[in-house]
Amino acid sequence: MRLRTRRGLALASAATVTALALAACSGTSDDGDADSGDFEPLTSIKLQLQWLPQAQFAGYYVALDQGYFEEEGFDSVEIVPSGGDIVPQDALVAGDVDFAIAWVPKVLGSIEASGVELTDIAQVFQASGTTQVSWAGDGITSVADFEGKRIGSWGFGNEWEIFAAMAAEGLDSTSVSITNQDFSMNALLDRDVDAAQAMTYNELAQVLETVNPDTGELYTMDDLDVIYYEDTEGAMLQDAIWADTERLDDPAYADAAVRFLKATVKGWLYARDNPEEAADIVYTAATAPGVDAFPVGPTHQLWQMNEVNKLIWTGGDFGVIDEAAWQKTVAGALAAINQQGLHLIESDPPASAYSNDYIQQALDALAEDGVDASGTYTPIEVTLTEGGQ
Amino acid sequence: MSSDPGSLPRRRTRGRGWAAVGWGVAGVLLVAILWEVYKFLGPSEGVVIGAVEGEAGSGVLILPRTHDRAMPHVWSMLIRLGEPTSGGATPPLVVSVAQAAVMTLGMAALGWLIGVAVGMLLGLAMQRWKLVEWGLLPWIVVSQIVPLIAFAPVVNVIGNQIDRSGIPWPQWLSVAVIASYLAFFPVAVGALRGLEAPDRIHVDLMRSYAAGYWSTLVRLRLPASVPHLLPALRLAAANAVLGAVVAEVSIGMRGGIGRMLIQFAGQASSDPAAPWGPMFGSIALGLIAAGSVALIGFGLTKYRRGEAAA
Repeated sequence: MRLRTRRGLALASAATVTALALAACSGTSDDGDADSGDFEPLTSIKLQLQWLPQAQFAGYYVALDQGYFEEEGFDSVEIVPSGGDIVPQDALVAGDVDFAIAWVPKVLGSIEASGVELTDIAQVFQASGTTQVSWAGDGITSVADFEGKRIGSWGFGNEWEIFAAMAAEGLDSTSVSITNQDFSMNALLDRDVDAAQAMTYNELAQVLETVNPDTGELYTMDDLDVIYYEDTEGAMLQDAIWADTERLDDPAYADAAVRFLKATVKGWLYARDNPEEAADIVYTAATAPGVDAFPVGPTHQLWQMNEVNKLIWTGGDFGVIDEAAWQKTVAGALAAINQQGLHLIESDPPASAYSNDYIQQALDALAEDGVDASGTYTPIEVTLTEGGQ
Repeated sequence: MSSDPGSLPRRRTRGRGWAAVGWGVAGVLLVAILWEVYKFLGPSEGVVIGAVEGEAGSGVLILPRTHDRAMPHVWSMLIRLGEPTSGGATPPLVVSVAQAAVMTLGMAALGWLIGVAVGMLLGLAMQRWKLVEWGLLPWIVVSQIVPLIAFAPVVNVIGNQIDRSGIPWPQWLSVAVIASYLAFFPVAVGALRGLEAPDRIHVDLMRSYAAGYWSTLVRLRLPASVPHLLPALRLAAANAVLGAVVAEVSIGMRGGIGRMLIQFAGQASSDPAAPWGPMFGSIALGLIAAGSVALIGFGLTKYRRGEAAA
């Protein structure tokens, strides 16, 4: 009896799933209907960040603060920070969130390793912000100079650009000593490594916020040699907005993706044109009670805002994935071999791994409203202070 | 000198209290002085043996570096406690540290309660049935060999799965469970030893009164176990705090002192005094936890003869 009930339930649910799948298929094949509101629009979404609130994510916090999400029909947008406890692409696959921010190589690794289907729907950072910092005069001015040196790296999937750049120079972990480095810059300052990994918008600033005991003044860029991975063969695409590939067949989700991108573009435009205000908005969000992000102080956030804008506004349209940069990322991911002798990926990612459809729809809609989301950023001068306070 | 004889012993007690405080302060001052003396005398770059010229990071550091980034002055750490946590108009660091410490203390306390409950039940079961003791005790000992950082993510994953299935399982519950994993061990072992502590002659006496298991337990075994149990509870409290801090770090939960430590450590180059704030906080936390358990002992003074040192 009970068995029969269970079997009946299973049959019923299978039938429902089939019906839903069929409905979804018919929805996508009939584009005209989808646009004219054949679905219930999503009004509440969640965005997963890859780290704690800081100016790296200014656009989303600005969109929240300035009401851009409401303008696009969202009643509630929750931005979920991660303290390293949440892997954005995993949270997206699990359905905990609707969209996620993550670096392209990390997601490519996840796609290959666990067979998940995710789509890069907007490439927020067009250029890589990773650098390798050494002391001026030590002669480490290019990746080729790594040979025989001790090179710091964070691991956790942040290391692939280093290995990709090294592979292009014919180097690997047998000819270069790769050392794990923590998130402070003490390894470089104490000369435990010859060159330390640093993001332009974070750790590089941390060095410049530290007092040089020899002079009593803060360190300056003149004290350092900085290799920008963007200039090397190892450059990989970083912060991108990811969506669940399968769910994109659902017209309501696809529509939410476009509206979400529209609001996001407006947020980042605001951050481009008002870096001080944008940095302040993020800083306020990060220091709000209960967030427990403990960000580095306001001048550090302004520096970060300035540097992040440089990575976003490289002249093209906001968020459009550049085919060449994507291929370069894939090539680097295929070529890189880490200390354990492992590749990040061994075959090309599926074609569904990125799509410009949604960002293009968002940009077109914005253009109709008279909003131009292309162009470059005019950097401002940021004077760092000790400890970034 | 008062002529009232009644005030004499009371004053002596008070004097002893002040002496204890004095020794406590002297101990802390001594550590601070040692810190500053080594910082003054020790070489700025520490002492490294076996370093190869021109090879970064070679050799072994046998004496720590003393420069301001590695060892900030004691007063810098104290001044930093009074400064805004994240610059601007954020609350002073000491306030943020206190809030985080309260959060961790709450999770540790819950972990301690779970650990004590589980430990007592195990102790009772092992005392009641020899077979259970033979079967369980080795596993209890082995359980403590599992490294916490390997165990913590497993608890977290299980917690998340339960949460997704509809039964709310907040992250702090995972932390409390992980803390209880460290806390139950001394209680289980202490309870077993304590419950078996009564002399044979006393057990026989109870038997000659035709007392059953429960009256023997309540009138003889539990009172006799107090001297073994109190140190076990103190150890459990210290373990629970340790477990909670490690659990926070390894599952990445924000809000508590463990996670705060990691976050500030990431800023240690440009703001080296800041990570010491949460470090002081965790020290205070351990003292508060052990001290609270000591309060339980005051209620049980008459059973505390021959208490083992913990």
